[in-house]
Amino acid sequence: MKRLLASLMLGSAAIAIAATANAETLRWARAGDSLTLDPHAQNEGPTHTLAHQIYEPLLHRDMAGQIVPALATEWAPTEDPSVWRFKLREGVTFHDGAPFTASDVVFSLNRAMMPDSDMKELLASVKEVTAVDDLTVDITTDGPNPILPSNLTNLFIMDEDWSKSNGVEKPQDFEGGEETFAVRNANGTGAYMLAERAPDSKTVLKQNPNYWGKGEFPLEVTEIVFTPVQNAATRVAALLSGEVDFIQDVPVQDLGRVEAADGLVVRTAPQNRTIFFGINVGDADLKSDNVDGKNPFADKRVREAMNMALNRDAIRQVVMRGQSQPTGVIMPPFVNGWTEALDAVPPTDVAKAKELMAEAGYGDGFSVTLNCPNDRYINDEAICQAAVGMLGQIGIKVALDAKPKAQHFPLINNLETDFYMLGWGVPTFDSEYIFNFLVHTKGEKYGSWNGTRYSNPELDKMIEGLASETDLAKRDAMIAEIWSTVQGETIYLPLHHQVLNWGMKTAIDFPVQPEDQPHFKYLTYAK
Amino acid sequence: MLAFVIRRVFQSLIVLLVVGLVAFSLFRFVGDPVENMLGQERTQQDIDRLRTQLGLDQPFPVQYWRFLKNAAEGNFGVSYRQGRPVTDLLIERAPATLELAFVSGVFALVGGIALGIYTAIRKSGWLAQFVMTASLIGVSLPTFLIGILLIWIFAVELGWLPSFGRGETVAIGWWTTGFLTASGLKALILPSITLGLYQMTLIMRLVRSEMLEVLRQDYIRFARARGLSERAVNFGHALKNTLVPVITVTGLQLGSIIAFAIITETVFQWPGVGLLFINAVQFVDIPVMAAYLMLISFMFVAINLIVDLLYVAIDPRLRVDRAAAAK
Repeated sequence: MKRLLASLMLGSAAIAIAATANAETLRWARAGDSLTLDPHAQNEGPTHTLAHQIYEPLLHRDMAGQIVPALATEWAPTEDPSVWRFKLREGVTFHDGAPFTASDVVFSLNRAMMPDSDMKELLASVKEVTAVDDLTVDITTDGPNPILPSNLTNLFIMDEDWSKSNGVEKPQDFEGGEETFAVRNANGTGAYMLAERAPDSKTVLKQNPNYWGKGEFPLEVTEIVFTPVQNAATRVAALLSGEVDFIQDVPVQDLGRVEAADGLVVRTAPQNRTIFFGINVGDADLKSDNVDGKNPFADKRVREAMNMALNRDAIRQVVMRGQSQPTGVIMPPFVNGWTEALDAVPPTDVAKAKELMAEAGYGDGFSVTLNCPNDRYINDEAICQAAVGMLGQIGIKVALDAKPKAQHFPLINNLETDFYMLGWGVPTFDSEYIFNFLVHTKGEKYGSWNGTRYSNPELDKMIEGLASETDLAKRDAMIAEIWSTVQGETIYLPLHHQVLNWGMKTAIDFPVQPEDQPHFKYLTYAK
Repeated sequence: MLAFVIRRVFQSLIVLLVVGLVAFSLFRFVGDPVENMLGQERTQQDIDRLRTQLGLDQPFPVQYWRFLKNAAEGNFGVSYRQGRPVTDLLIERAPATLELAFVSGVFALVGGIALGIYTAIRKSGWLAQFVMTASLIGVSLPTFLIGILLIWIFAVELGWLPSFGRGETVAIGWWTTGFLTASGLKALILPSITLGLYQMTLIMRLVRSEMLEVLRQDYIRFARARGLSERAVNFGHALKNTLVPVITVTGLQLGSIIAFAIITETVFQWPGVGLLFINAVQFVDIPVMAAYLMLISFMFVAINLIVDLLYVAIDPRLRVDRAAAAK
């Protein structure tokens, strides 16, 4: 029986090797499907991934996360610092053959600013988009906006005539359940054209024979077959059995199996997402603790003690199986403002932490509830369990309350938690984004994800000032100053950067993109 | 008879209303759908606006009443996750689930009856003993484990069958079928075995014990004494009399095959309504969850109704009893 099985396995391995010879079609699987093909209707990762193959923005982030020209070749602020000028690429055509001109850019950006668009927040500062000539576009913002280009990397350009003749001048009203022509059909300028689309089961893309980037990009993949496969075990099985060539999310527990399999490889890179704990530092008294009339978290020494008690390396080794990058700051690397000094992991020192607790008057400890999601981040609940034990060492009795994300996030937004886990990605690759959402006092426009109740009017003013500071050196200095305050106050306890794992055939040479956005035009096969 | 049908239909309606009520009162604990629908850049205003737009700011009886009113008009609302009418989604996904349920139903019925008869007739043969022992595995292993085991053996190790999906499908009008292509048929094998295995072992054990019971009856002995062939005795007389309970159980199991396809569909990424429901739960897609639960309860109620009616039609004794009771 054993011999029979062994020979069968050998046979199947031979079949798998034979199958890799067909190198032009890439069969790709990931957990989630694109929600709609309308490029402005949803601001969501998997939706953008598919759109990036078909449509193109003015400028985009390449496989290393760097901004590179796409439909625009040059861009710079004009003499008036609130106007950015974009030179457009010549000789580009849409998939239906129509030429790409400045009016398409004006049309698309205006479309993305309409009420039903999910991309409008990224263009909130834009006042006007005007065509100067056929291949030049001016974008006017209300006040100087030095980081406008990084907001444009997911804003796709549609053909004006195609949109008008198909009645899709407006983005799909996604929440209202509108089904428009643009939801299932696409006409972009990208390297791949839509050939077949069945939502949640299969999407086929064929290479665009008239792509402008021929010669500039490898373009070795001629056909892409995309299948969402939700169940992690099934996804891995599909890769192991050779039914797909590339999967975007390899679960941590299966990394070893994929690595060990013949002809498969896992490529790894830090993800644009940092995991951390937030602490209620602002309230006079906590609801979930056992200390009456006082908020122990308001004492900075307690926060510092907690920061010292967390053993991030132990979490990395035991909980994350090596798949995390411990950090001391709530900012992924490659974000503007990141420095090695900020990223340095705070040393674990239980004895000193205990001293600090005693100094603060909590030598006997206290109890508090930690709210944690259990279906959002990699091993989220297990990380929290580890933290409970570590904080227990310094006398803080933590009751863990783990819930699905749909129940966890409202707690943060409604300020119903005193101690919570959150993960944060930075799509603009700039610190301002983190400050706006996580550090600024919570209010209508800013601080919508700041559950710490931290409020520092001086810091708020500085954060608001970042948006209009055009002197980049001065702006960077301001960012550094804000970070030093944030780090000094310890309102967040950083844990680690998540790591992305892409599983693929060894023959595929494809680096991991930090935003989890594979651009298949860059993919090459080993010769 | 008519009064019986009317009474049962009325009872069924009440069951549906109660299921809807229970489901709706549970949705409030699943989480906040708005959180999933808006990106991380959303503001408090966006949240409030969307909540008003979806009617989530209304108290739960109002939400339930609105759902019932729309459902009565055949409108189940719009999916929060996919932004498309739920009715369209369900119609689009139904063929996949129904084909899977049909194949695993046939597998369970044919396999179950055949093995049941065999193990009853050769009850001390070693093969029958082996089948009986093996059937314990079918009853006791959870579906997802069977699915993953089958994937591991037949897709990963042997590479014979696909591990996920429906393969190539052919569209006939709005119905998409996997019966007409080789890859579609291959893709059906593992999921239908996974889904039907429990039902098959159940039917097998039921047929076996009923059959053993019947074979002990006097009329079987008399049939044998008359010199009828073994075949005529077993299939002509014994089998026929074991089928009444089998029909009842099969009817009920057909409902659960469709309802429990959820797990099999998740394991095999089978694009049916069960997978749609799982996605809906994770995303707090209330319209899809509500429509699915109503649909499933409607199906159970309808199947029960039909089984009851069939009962009356098959078994003359029940008819007499009813008539007598009605007087």
